[in-house]
Order: sequence, then structure tokens, then C-alpha cells
Amino acid sequence: MGSTAHIAAVVTPYTIPAGIMDVLQVTLLVLVAAGATAVVLIREPVRQVIMLSAYGVLLAVLFLAFQAPDVTLSELTVGAVALPMLLLLALAKVKRREK
Amino acid sequence: MTPGQRRWIFLAALAGLAAFYLWGLAGLPGFGNYPGPYGDIINRIAVAQTKATGVVSAVNFEYRGFDTVGEEFILFVAASAMAVVLRHLRNERERDPRDATADWAVPPASDAVRLAALVFTGPVVVMGWFLASHAQTSPSGGFQGGVVLATAFFLIYLSGEYLLFRRISPVDLTEAFEAVGAGGFAAIGVSAVAMGLPYLTNFLPLGTTPGAVSSSGTIALISFFVGVEVAAAFILIVGELVDQTLLVRQGDH
Repeated sequence: MGSTAHIAAVVTPYTIPAGIMDVLQVTLLVLVAAGATAVVLIREPVRQVIMLSAYGVLLAVLFLAFQAPDVTLSELTVGAVALPMLLLLALAKVKRREK
Repeated sequence: MTPGQRRWIFLAALAGLAAFYLWGLAGLPGFGNYPGPYGDIINRIAVAQTKATGVVSAVNFEYRGFDTVGEEFILFVAASAMAVVLRHLRNERERDPRDATADWAVPPASDAVRLAALVFTGPVVVMGWFLASHAQTSPSGGFQGGVVLATAFFLIYLSGEYLLFRRISPVDLTEAFEAVGAGGFAAIGVSAVAMGLPYLTNFLPLGTTPGAVSSSGTIALISFFVGVEVAAAFILIVGELVDQTLLVRQGDH
């Protein structure tokens, strides 16, 4: 495998029709804004955490649509899984003390 | 202060914030417009220079590796601080985990949850390992891979196997792994210094084929250590929280 061919293949941008990407990006931006608002408006902590997790997934898809797959992976693992998990465990602890 | 006065102060502050915000927006470059030279330079030279096709990893672990060491130690210090803050205090005592769940009005893990955990644990381990070991080839890296690896342990806990979760990730061993991961990254940097090169210089053979798993020298190795560190740090943090939830109660109860 010639290394120059490799490099050329890497730096050549993908050719997805610009119109489709624009629609996708705008849709996702609106969804992310709606999701963030929903996280703030939901007041019951457990439901709020579940919404936060869904919001993390939305953000991850947004990053993917903006060609940042590395950030997508980080957001999926941290925003959609790790952070909600920590919050749920903290809520479980607080709930037990209230009892 | 009357509510009316308070509202006027709020509105004045809001107007000021809005003015600065709009001023800032007006100065932003156009959507998708990238003005800086560094990204373009990196795009041109990174693959040829590092033999890594995962250019984001090349940036993280090579071009700005020094910053990443700092970030690595932020997580290391955070996990250590968590272990210190959540240590068992004198007026707390541990309860037997079986007893703790018995008087706790939470149903045991359902068959569906147990089955899902059983089905996903293996693939999640493979996925985490794949991500942590392929930073140099594709979008992935030790950070993402480490979190995914840690998730496999959490699945075991979620399936109701708290004792098993603790047996395969004892705190002492997890802390040791975290230290090895964080120290390994720093040690790679110091190794370069020992050879008379600048800190974190990529001193390993780069290989010849960009995109091969064995190429990219220290980038792949650093990603591996980051994966170990992040996985251990997350297991440590979540393990401490799980212990707090299940085992520890105030002495006066």
C-alpha cells in the first residue's frame, strides 16, 4: 500500500450533498435546544436524570452530524451513561436517608 | 429592597448581558468558517508525520500531549479526592450488603435487566478494548474506551451482583490500576527526557503504514495507559458511590 495514496484518501472530504447535511444539522440543533429545555423544566429528579441521559444521546448525534466522531464517543460514554449513573446513585443515597 | 427595585436591577443586568452577548455574536466568524491556520496545517502533515490516521488522537497524545497529561491528572485527582471524601467516618458503620437490600424497598433486578447485563457484558468489554487500542487508526481513544470498559463492571452491578462487582474490582486493586495508568502516561514522557529528547517526544518506531494498529509509536501506547487510568478511575468513583448507597449509614440509625 503506497503511503501517499493513503494520505490522499484521508484528507479528501466526504461528498454528502450540502443541502441534506444542512437540514440534518438544523434539525439536530433544534432537538438539542428542546432537549436542554426539557432537562431544565422537568423538576422530578429521577425523571430529570433520565432526560439528561437522552439529552446526552442527542448531543452525541449532533456532534456526529458536525463531523466530530471522537467527541461523539466521549459524549455518549460520559453524557449519556456515566453522568446519569453517578446522579442516580447519589439520588438513591439521598432517598434512603430521607426514609 | 422591594420586589420592584429588585426587578429593575434584574432587568438592567439582563440588558447588559444581552448587549455583551449580541456584541460577542456579531464578532463570531461565519458558520463553519475556520479562520485559524493550525487545523489546516495538522490536516496536511499529521498522517505523514505520526503514521496515525486517527488524527484527533495524534493531536491529543502527540501534538498537545502535554495538555492531555494535565487532563489525565485532573481525573486522577478527582477520583482520588472522591475516595478521600467518601472514606468511612468514625460515626458510620458498614452494613452487610444482603441485609441492606433486604430492608430497602427496591425490587431486585428483573430477569430482563439480568439478561441484558449478561448479553452486553462481553461485547462491552470487547468494544472498550477495541476503542482503547485503536486510537491511532480511527475515531476512538483511551478515554472513550476506558469509560466503556468500566461500563462492563457497572452492568455486573446492575444485574444485582453487587458482591461479584466488588470481588472483581476490589478498591485496592482498582486504585493500583489507576495509578499505573496515570503514571504510565507520565513515564512515557519522562522516558523521552531520559533519552535526551523533549518531554513526551514520540521515541518509538512509527511504523511505515498509516492506519496500521502497530504504527504511530507512543500514540497507541499512551492511549492504552489512558484507557487503563480512565477505566479504573470510573470504577473507583462509581464503586465508592455504590458503597455509600448500599453499605454506609450514619451511626445513629
